[in-house]
Amino acid sequence: MSIDGGGLLLQAPAHYKFDDDVPMVVVTQRTAADELYRAGARAAGAITLGLMGLIGFFLLYRSREAFSSAGWRFFTEQRWSPPNAFGIAALLVGTIVIAVVALVVAFPIAAGTALYITEYAPLRVRRPLTSLVDLLAAIPSLIYGIWGAAVLSGRVANVSRFFADHFSWVRLPALQLSFWHWYRPFQTVSNAGFTASSMLAGIVVALMVLPICTAIMREVFSQAPQGERESALALGGTRWGVIRDVVLPFGKGGMIGGAMLGLGRALGETIAVAIIISPKFDIHSLLQPLQTGGNSIAAHIALRWPEQSAGGVPTSSLMAAGLVLFVMTLAVNMVASLVVARSRSGSATEI
Amino acid sequence: MTIDLRFDEPIVYPPDPDIPEELVAIVHTTRDEIVTWIAAAVGSLAATWLVYERLTPLSGGFGFLVFWWALFNVLTWYLARVQWGAVRAHDQVVRVWITSAAAIALIPLIAVIVSIATKGYHALSWRFLTRDMSSTSSSAPISQGGIGHAILGTLEIVGLATVISVPLGVITAVYLNEVGGRMARPVRMLTDAMSAVPSIVCGLFIYATLIQPGYVHLSGWAGALALSILMLPTVTRTTEVVLRLVPGGLREASFALGATDWRTTRSVVLPTARSGLVTSAILGVARVIGETAPLLLTIFGAFTFAGNPFGDRQEALPHFIYGQYQQSQGPGTPADLRMWSAALVLLFLVLFVFVTARFPTSRGYVFAGTATALFCLWRFESTSAAIGAPITLTLIAVSAMAVALAKRARRRSHSSKGVLV
Repeated sequence: MSIDGGGLLLQAPAHYKFDDDVPMVVVTQRTAADELYRAGARAAGAITLGLMGLIGFFLLYRSREAFSSAGWRFFTEQRWSPPNAFGIAALLVGTIVIAVVALVVAFPIAAGTALYITEYAPLRVRRPLTSLVDLLAAIPSLIYGIWGAAVLSGRVANVSRFFADHFSWVRLPALQLSFWHWYRPFQTVSNAGFTASSMLAGIVVALMVLPICTAIMREVFSQAPQGERESALALGGTRWGVIRDVVLPFGKGGMIGGAMLGLGRALGETIAVAIIISPKFDIHSLLQPLQTGGNSIAAHIALRWPEQSAGGVPTSSLMAAGLVLFVMTLAVNMVASLVVARSRSGSATEI
Repeated sequence: MTIDLRFDEPIVYPPDPDIPEELVAIVHTTRDEIVTWIAAAVGSLAATWLVYERLTPLSGGFGFLVFWWALFNVLTWYLARVQWGAVRAHDQVVRVWITSAAAIALIPLIAVIVSIATKGYHALSWRFLTRDMSSTSSSAPISQGGIGHAILGTLEIVGLATVISVPLGVITAVYLNEVGGRMARPVRMLTDAMSAVPSIVCGLFIYATLIQPGYVHLSGWAGALALSILMLPTVTRTTEVVLRLVPGGLREASFALGATDWRTTRSVVLPTARSGLVTSAILGVARVIGETAPLLLTIFGAFTFAGNPFGDRQEALPHFIYGQYQQSQGPGTPADLRMWSAALVLLFLVLFVFVTARFPTSRGYVFAGTATALFCLWRFESTSAAIGAPITLTLIAVSAMAVALAKRARRRSHSSKGVLV
């Protein structure tokens, strides 16, 4: 009998006795088609590997003109008017401010949603709810952008104005304003100073990072050992007790990892931020997210791209900005994947 | 002879020692709890109205809701504490928080879909979907021009990206899961990292490598290449998950019959995972169909129907929407109306793709087909019955065919699974 496509050899080990409990060695002969298949699969893997290297290499290659023109001042300069003076400092601060706002908004909601799905929701609600949260990720960021600019803008500006009116005496850097006053209940300030802010951009970006944070946290929470949950309940614990003493300690790594993966997404969000913010390049005012104006590296590239003529320092400077963004998101995501992978492997369990 | 089927005594089966007599329900809401919540909601509503609207000079719907919610928390905690003590009061308050978080997560989803639909449908018409903008300025009324060229461009660009990245992604996943080797770990890690590469960086990369040296012009092809980079990690990851679900016993059985690696993958692993492979391709499409940033740098945009993605500058729906946003003179202007209508079309495409991926059974096709047909009937019936009716009928026929195909595929995958496992 011939077997199509290959051959199989069963080899008994040397000194093989039938009463020994030694497994036989199975040797499969590889055919030419087989070698081709393995080589092809390896090549596909290598393409993925090479693609990431190529992205880094070409961005570096194209941005060398900008780096040689600006030197180290590229990392300290706030203005952006290539080829004269340009730098990433203000953009970097703006990017981080928007990402932090997004994370502050998204993290509690994501944690709550994940806990609701794993701990509270009736069984038949769980799957639809998970699908709906994933649907939130499927909606394009462009649509979030125009929705945020047209619908959400006024509402967020109202809230921002309220905080600015009544809580500006709280000397948090995040709420700090250029003026100082105490509670004034009848103050009417127009919304004009509070539109197109980093706050609004951050809230819209939060909608986009919410699904990934929720998905990671849900996965980790659902892996909390069932035996420990039941033990906690059997000892008379409430459901909050179970969450506090079993689920959260077990899922701590996943929560941190999920938040960091969300941070990586938030740093790179482009078109929604480009639609919402009105760009500004002053670090001091960028640190006040409630006020009009903001900036981020990705949005800056999208907004400035039409202005650049092909080649030269202006193009190169945007490539340099892209390189910084690439390195930053890559670093954040690598660390996040490590954290999530470690929590998945069960090293967080204490039994 | 008749048999009396009435039993006076119920049949009592002996208890099965392995099955507990009654399962303990952990998820359980008592009637007392529900009554407490209703009481807290009504009480806090009344108190909010009194304090927020009457006693303090505050107003506004959003503030009212926040105040009501805060008071609801306090009242729930108090009522629970009076009835059941501090421990269960804590439990109740946390339950309110967590349920609220889940509700808040769904509000923007509904709000986005509703506002896009209500803003977008006014300007939507059959002419708008089939014409291009070649002889229409952005300030011309909405009855002129359309987005046909953008829809065509999107379909071609996303199709090309799919053709590139689905085979590559599937083979990479096969490498990770079936072949393996020293390279597998770094490849898996970099696929993870790649899924987080900002979309604009993909556009920059294609511009830096292919467009700037002049290998590729600004065209739909360049856009497709940029999108395929974005799509690759999604396809690889989801395919890998699907391949991992193929039972190892199937592979071992195949090897035991003398099949080689390639034969096993081709004849056992991939056919078993077929429906999952389709899902991963669709999820990849859903990932890129709305991407704007890479297209901004690669396709340049166009006003006319341009069918050749390799030579022509093309328009795509997201790029068109962004362009109209920039040209918009304010709410209600033609560019603004075009933007919302195009956004509605894009949202519909995304939802269609998502539903197809989530429900690979016939349900998804029935849903999407019915929704499309109903929409067409409702929307186009008044404009032109001569055009609307045949299109609606065709759509219904196509969705019926899709249902039949899906059912056949399902039956096949079921039967193969039944035999192999």
